[in-house]
Amino acid sequence: MTSIYGPVTDWATDFDHAEPEYNAHAHEVWAELRDRCPVAHTDRYNGAWLPVTHELVSQIAYDTEHFTSRSVVVSPFRPLAQAPIGNAPPISSDPPFHHDARRILLPAFSPKVIAAWEKDIRELCKQLLRDMGDGSEVDAAVQYAQHIPVNVIALMLGFPTEDADIFRGFVHDILEGINVQPEQRMQAFERLDRYIDQQVQEHIAHPRDDLTTFLLNASIFDQPLSHEHVRGSIVLLLLAGIDTTWSAIGSSLLHLATHADDRRRLAEDPSLIPTAIEEFLRAYAPVTMARLVKEDVEFAGCPMKVDDWVLLPFPAANVDPAAFDRADEVLIDRAENRHLAFGLGIHRCLGSNLARLELKVAVEEFLAHFADFELAIDGEVEWSRGQIRGPRILPMRVTH
Amino acid sequence: MRVVLDLDRCQGHNRCYALAPEIFDVDDLGMAVLLNDGVVPPGLEDKASLAIANCPEYAISLATEHEGAS
Repeated sequence: MTSIYGPVTDWATDFDHAEPEYNAHAHEVWAELRDRCPVAHTDRYNGAWLPVTHELVSQIAYDTEHFTSRSVVVSPFRPLAQAPIGNAPPISSDPPFHHDARRILLPAFSPKVIAAWEKDIRELCKQLLRDMGDGSEVDAAVQYAQHIPVNVIALMLGFPTEDADIFRGFVHDILEGINVQPEQRMQAFERLDRYIDQQVQEHIAHPRDDLTTFLLNASIFDQPLSHEHVRGSIVLLLLAGIDTTWSAIGSSLLHLATHADDRRRLAEDPSLIPTAIEEFLRAYAPVTMARLVKEDVEFAGCPMKVDDWVLLPFPAANVDPAAFDRADEVLIDRAENRHLAFGLGIHRCLGSNLARLELKVAVEEFLAHFADFELAIDGEVEWSRGQIRGPRILPMRVTH
Repeated sequence: MRVVLDLDRCQGHNRCYALAPEIFDVDDLGMAVLLNDGVVPPGLEDKASLAIANCPEYAISLATEHEGAS
């Protein structure tokens, strides 16, 4: 993948979250920007803003009047999709359409419905751990974390689990391949649409008990969903849960691999894992969202122009010392934790209950499987690029 | 002790239901529902406080004396 912009010269005036240094050194970048700005700007992507404080990120998340969700992934060109539906409803939708589009999907992702998936997720995690064999070197991202969400969402959508590599390819193209030529990006979207259209046709011919058939039978404002709506919602369900959860699992395991005290404490007292998971979500939140400016507006002293991108770095808000005590420390028993890992307001992550379940089960099973584990001595962690942050290469030395 | 829920603020994060299922339930959409009109069973005051302190939307609060029926 060839970057069209090149290395960053200054994080306050020329930031680029798709350059490898951003995710690899995110906490340093945010700390620098909190002191210097706190809203960074770049001319890249035809103009984008990056607020880094909890206060400003929260304000924008709640402000659907000045900021549209028409597209939530920053790229060099502006999306053709129009408000209020956007190209992946409901994440790309604005009020009032958003409310009805989201309501269609909420029941399938409510906590009680999601809880029924625990057995499948646990069996998947156990199988992946068995497949890692008896060796002392493993890659917790490549052999474990990346497989969990992709298999679960394939089962939920009724897509072939053998196509997992194809799904990860889509995630890479759409979410990481952002500073590429527009034609290259358009081709990636076309490949994705073609694949989903095939799956939809297959489901029309052979309906079954899964989310794809559910969407095909769903209606909005007393009308069946349009083909574009069905496809867009499938794009959302397929892509939004994969590298996000994979990143959260990877970051949590990276923390445990580098903090022996926390690792032992959780292994000895698994009842603390849900509390620890919330702290991992705070400290290593994987997801940064984006908005487009609806019309020229001054925000926090910044002259934002119509169609400027605005990034919503929930991970930066989560480590703002103005909002959290001991914000830069990871306290696995932190009792009070109003973190924003799943966003705020009407676009709260639809899949948050599923993500939490996958993360909890993945960490529980990993801790239970290995007697001990730590980062490999010469192991180099490699981070993702772009709005989703997590380790993609995570070499560990393990004992059985 | 009694808690009140602002349903205009609730976005279904489900932190309250996870932390204090004796006080909160969720509906079919995953939005919070108060059990027993929000009256906190004796001995569960800490759980109620935890639910309040972990709601990202600040949708839960302690009832004031005026609101408190019990």
